[in-house]
Amino acid sequence: MHEDNKIILKVEEIYKRYRKEEVLRGISFEVRKGETKVIIGPSGSGKSTLLRCINQLTIPDKGQVWIEGEEVTHTKKSINQFRQKMGMVFQDFNLFDHINALGNVEIGLIRVKGMDKNRAREKAMEELKQVGLEKQAYLYPAQLSGGQKQRVSIARALAMDPSVMLFDEPTSALDPELIGEVLEVIKKLAINGMTMVVVTHEMGFARSVANEVIFIESGRIIDQGSPYVLFTNPEHERTKKFLHKITELYGKSVEEK
Amino acid sequence: MIDLYFIQDILLPPLLEGSLITIKLIILSIPSGLILGILIAVGRVYGNKFISSLCAIYTLFFRGTPLLVQLFIIYYALPSIGIFFSPFMAAVTGFILCSGAYHSEYIRGAIQSIKIGQMMAAEALGMSRIKAVLYIILPQALRRAIPGCSNEIIYLIKYSSLAFMVTCVELTGAGKIVATRFFKYTEVFLVVGIIYLLVVSVVTKFLNILEKKLRIPGLE
Amino acid sequence: MTENFLLVYQSLPYLLKGSIITLELIGGALALGLIMGIPMAIGQVYGNKYVANLISFYVWFFRGLPVLVLLFLFYFGLFLLLGFNLTALTAAILVLGFRSAAYQSQIFRGSIQSVDEGQMMAARSLGMTKFKAIWYIILPQALRISIPGWSNEYSIILKDSAVTYAIGLLEIITRGNFIATRTYQPLPIFLTCAAIFLILTYGGVKLLNILEKKVKIPGYGSYSNGGKEY
Repeated sequence: MHEDNKIILKVEEIYKRYRKEEVLRGISFEVRKGETKVIIGPSGSGKSTLLRCINQLTIPDKGQVWIEGEEVTHTKKSINQFRQKMGMVFQDFNLFDHINALGNVEIGLIRVKGMDKNRAREKAMEELKQVGLEKQAYLYPAQLSGGQKQRVSIARALAMDPSVMLFDEPTSALDPELIGEVLEVIKKLAINGMTMVVVTHEMGFARSVANEVIFIESGRIIDQGSPYVLFTNPEHERTKKFLHKITELYGKSVEEK
Repeated sequence: MIDLYFIQDILLPPLLEGSLITIKLIILSIPSGLILGILIAVGRVYGNKFISSLCAIYTLFFRGTPLLVQLFIIYYALPSIGIFFSPFMAAVTGFILCSGAYHSEYIRGAIQSIKIGQMMAAEALGMSRIKAVLYIILPQALRRAIPGCSNEIIYLIKYSSLAFMVTCVELTGAGKIVATRFFKYTEVFLVVGIIYLLVVSVVTKFLNILEKKLRIPGLE
Repeated sequence: MTENFLLVYQSLPYLLKGSIITLELIGGALALGLIMGIPMAIGQVYGNKYVANLISFYVWFFRGLPVLVLLFLFYFGLFLLLGFNLTALTAAILVLGFRSAAYQSQIFRGSIQSVDEGQMMAARSLGMTKFKAIWYIILPQALRISIPGWSNEYSIILKDSAVTYAIGLLEIITRGNFIATRTYQPLPIFLTCAAIFLILTYGGVKLLNILEKKVKIPGYGSYSNGGKEY
């Protein structure tokens, strides 16, 4: 898909334990520029924890993370600089409740990047346009629908011009009829060459957008491969079982375009 | 029975003077107490073990003991170890330290009621802890703390009367002096009471309007 | 340093006698506040407009005035005016009690109003009179809900009891001052007074917490949210 085959994100042997439970047991993978990696797996398999270990919101017990060749773990450099390169979109949106949509998108630019207020506002408006929400710019989070909130949160992350976008089950908290608008935005990003790691249950979306699908269960990578292979003829029995359950539960929730 | 001449010519002038002192006391103490409360609350929630414990002990002491005892310690006891306060400054110091503790509890509760996702999202954007607390957490927490902190502000206005107990002659003190001299306790303190009622009512109204203005649109 | 400890040790009996006065004062005031506060709360929630307004006015008056002013007004003024010759303790109990009634009525009002409407509806539909419904259904629940707020009221009255120094009541701080002025050692004495108040405050709150747990209705509201880890 893209000439430039640089490795943007590299994750090696991530281990994380919460009290007695080992949630991640040695996860490793790489993401090249323009690639979309989709991570699937049962609840509690550690997928969200994995994403948070990448941007160090959760500190892994063992393992290393590199972004664009620089090591993020075990570094003296402030993590904040690295986080600017990784955009994160949360399942619960986590929009800042006390500022309107435009404010949410521009605050990172003003307070973290130190951008001039007018430039920041312009850029923020531009990002909101990209997700189709310029008319809602002055509304507050409590006045937005779930789908709108998530799109604002995507705009907020994109405004920082990240090298990689991390999506933590972006549509799991949405009512079914709102899922489509968010998946559209994410698909557009993939088509335009954004490097992404997406944790999701939306199989139709995974099939149409992923370069590679990773199946994680009980903290380990069980299966890994192109969507075609993984969905039609997975290598491992557990993968088959999981996919079977999911298609039973969700059916075909999003039509592929 | 009600001696209007007395009230107008003998009582009101000293009361006015006293009110001025009360106003000075309040104007100095309220903002400072609030700021101290914010600092203590932030220290308690986000500080390391040492700072957090310090803030906890401070709050424990100043909320667990009467304001009057605190004032006595500041004005009468500290001189024995070389720290001297004027009556006015002793009162102000006591008010700031005491209300700071109460404010910190309201603000701490408010901070802890903010969803953890807010901090996560702020840090995910690359904000440092300090920036996240300053730009994301506090603006929301302070709004939630308004009812409690308003309550504390009203309390302070009333408890400013205790300044008289360390010989600072504010409104109540002025009244007592006149009342003792002319033996007209009921009249004097009814008037003093009415003044306090008026001030408290006005400030309460003002704080209610403030709360409405600061409300975040969409949130009830 | 040791003279200080000796002084404190010698003063303790005298100071602790003051604590007994303080406890009598608080007990009386809280009881008076309770006896007046519950009917006032019921009056505000279930009474007619005039009753409710009257009570609101009372509450506004007794909450709007500083304790010190109320003490001066009543002890030196109104009580004498009305012909009552009361001891400082009695006067203090009355004044703090009237004031506490104002605050407690609001605590109980809030609790009564937070009891689900459906409870009253169900009680009436069984044929209970309003009074019976309030007494047997609403109050038992409301009183339990009130315990935290009441615990707060306890600690406030405890601290207000110190203000009765101004009318010469021989409670803790008055006695402390007496000793301090005679021995010229205000710091250890007042710190001791502070310590006594601390113990009374947190001891009392702890006791009320235990009471709350003992009378808790099984299955009702646990407020812990587990504190999500990142």
